Amino acid sequence: MTAPAVTAARAPAAGTGLLRAVATKVLSAVVVLFFVATAAFFLVRLSGDPVKLILPPDATAEQEATLRASLGLDRPLIAQYLDYLAGLPRLDLGNSLVYDQPVADVLLTRVPATVELAAAALAVALVIAIPAGTFAALRRGRAGDSGVMAGVLVGQSMPAFWVGILLILVFAVRLQWLPASGYGGISHLVLPAITLALYSVAVIARLLRSSLIDVLGSDFIRTARAKGLGTGGVVFGHSLRNASLPVVTVIGLEVGTLLGGAILTERVFSWPGIGRLTVEAIANRDFPLVQAAVLFFAATFVVVNLLVDLSYTVLDPRVRVK
Amino acid sequence: MTAVPATPAPARAARAGALRAVLRNKLALVAISVLAVMVVLAVFAPLIAPYDPAAQDLLVRLRPPAWAAGGDAAHPLGTDQLGRDILSRLIHGARVSLLVGAAAALLAGVIGAIVGLVAGFVGGWPDRVLMRLADVQLAFPSILLALAIVGFLGSGLWYVIGVLGFTGWVSYARVVRSEVLSLRTREFVTEARAIGVGDVTIMRRHLLPNVMAPLATVGTLHVAAAIVAEASLSYLGLGVPKQTVTWGGMLSDGQLYLGTAWWVAVFPGLALMITALSVNITGDVLRDVADPKAYRS
Repeated sequence: MTAPAVTAARAPAAGTGLLRAVATKVLSAVVVLFFVATAAFFLVRLSGDPVKLILPPDATAEQEATLRASLGLDRPLIAQYLDYLAGLPRLDLGNSLVYDQPVADVLLTRVPATVELAAAALAVALVIAIPAGTFAALRRGRAGDSGVMAGVLVGQSMPAFWVGILLILVFAVRLQWLPASGYGGISHLVLPAITLALYSVAVIARLLRSSLIDVLGSDFIRTARAKGLGTGGVVFGHSLRNASLPVVTVIGLEVGTLLGGAILTERVFSWPGIGRLTVEAIANRDFPLVQAAVLFFAATFVVVNLLVDLSYTVLDPRVRVK
Repeated sequence: MTAVPATPAPARAARAGALRAVLRNKLALVAISVLAVMVVLAVFAPLIAPYDPAAQDLLVRLRPPAWAAGGDAAHPLGTDQLGRDILSRLIHGARVSLLVGAAAALLAGVIGAIVGLVAGFVGGWPDRVLMRLADVQLAFPSILLALAIVGFLGSGLWYVIGVLGFTGWVSYARVVRSEVLSLRTREFVTEARAIGVGDVTIMRRHLLPNVMAPLATVGTLHVAAAIVAEASLSYLGLGVPKQTVTWGGMLSDGQLYLGTAWWVAVFPGLALMITALSVNITGDVLRDVADPKAYRS
């Protein structure tokens, strides 16, 4: 915004400004994570006595005391909290009650499946949303635009598990082209990835459309057109790049949606990822595992958004000087 | 057009214009009519539904819809694995969906409006703290937060409403805050302040009425999100307890019979989709009316 003097002084000034912007953002992400960790700690304990939730109703007081001591729940809350915080940097979050292993290990074995699913879904979402959004923007106000926007609205109104069930019904039960559930080769990945992608397709296509419409109406596009540049050149040479900044931001936010959606999608397709693990952990009252899963989801979301934020701090100089 | 403050006449004109715009939009009319029918079905469910939604009849289990081969006119949409009438269950399921959707959106709206008013009007450290809190809230996928809370506190209709209300306030707060930021320097606010009107009164009497339109838009879209979220929780078996009929619970049951009885899962899914779609269309039209600039672009 406030353009610094365009002289030799500029380079170092921009350098320290960038460094400060990066440092501020990293610091604020750490603060958010600290609050999330605190919230996860108290959330689990607010819910009453975990020992009572874990043990059957007819357990004796002695059994309760033993379990309480073994989980460290007999100590003062503040001591538990400090221990918990001290364990965080080492990823030491206690042992799972069901798997009897450190929860970090249990989580990490399930991470690849979820990453595979989310990455495939994001790829599917972009492959569908970018052409759809571009097409709608170029056909603004005409039938093609209305068609895409109607699709967007329907997509946003379809819960992931309902889409998944429909896909299973059509492609697994009726046509028998693809497996209905499970984990394995690429054929197992197709239906869950499409299911998880659908909501993001709607969000990204809608945003790209409005962002492109803004760019297409700007002066430099008019100039480009006046020079005789065709639609293809205008779109690919000048517009998409400029319209992509808000889209990149939203892709960061979509990671949260994808992770949340993964919880449902993994359940629909019996996909052995973090989402299914979390639902099972909640059903089993495996509270150290739930606590760790909540942290994992939040940390992933915060880190991805930090990276997105940093990437355009670097890419777009205007963002630096806020 | 919408944000004309203080003088009542333009506000009324804006509302009349909004009403006309909604009436002109055929799609919006259809959506609103569908919702009206849903509300009537939900309210009068026991009178309208042909059967008790919990009544089992094992002799007619997994009967297909009336028009399909083997269908029975007594059960227009067929029966589930326990011989319960799907149409009756759909009608009763609408109660939970609509109640949760409306109540959660209302709760989130009240929280979000208060937070947004305070953050935008007071500014300073309360603003920074509240907006940081919003970031923390956004860092949790809300479905996960809802799952964790419901999983530990116990499931139940009111827990679900509470959880979805308390996790949904961020978008309201952000919208209200940004509106308030642009309103707080306007004459009708600075003058009220100059004649000694208290902060709380300014927020309640002068700012709140001017943020109602964007609040209503966010609220409508949130109703759809809350309906879908409740269905998701019930599908995972962590929402409203099994004894209460919910569309999410019906879908969860139906998935087990996809290979033999598609109708058990498909009808509740359609009901859910049509409801969410109608609410979303209504919200979209509201937004276009509230912000004509966004509509034209």
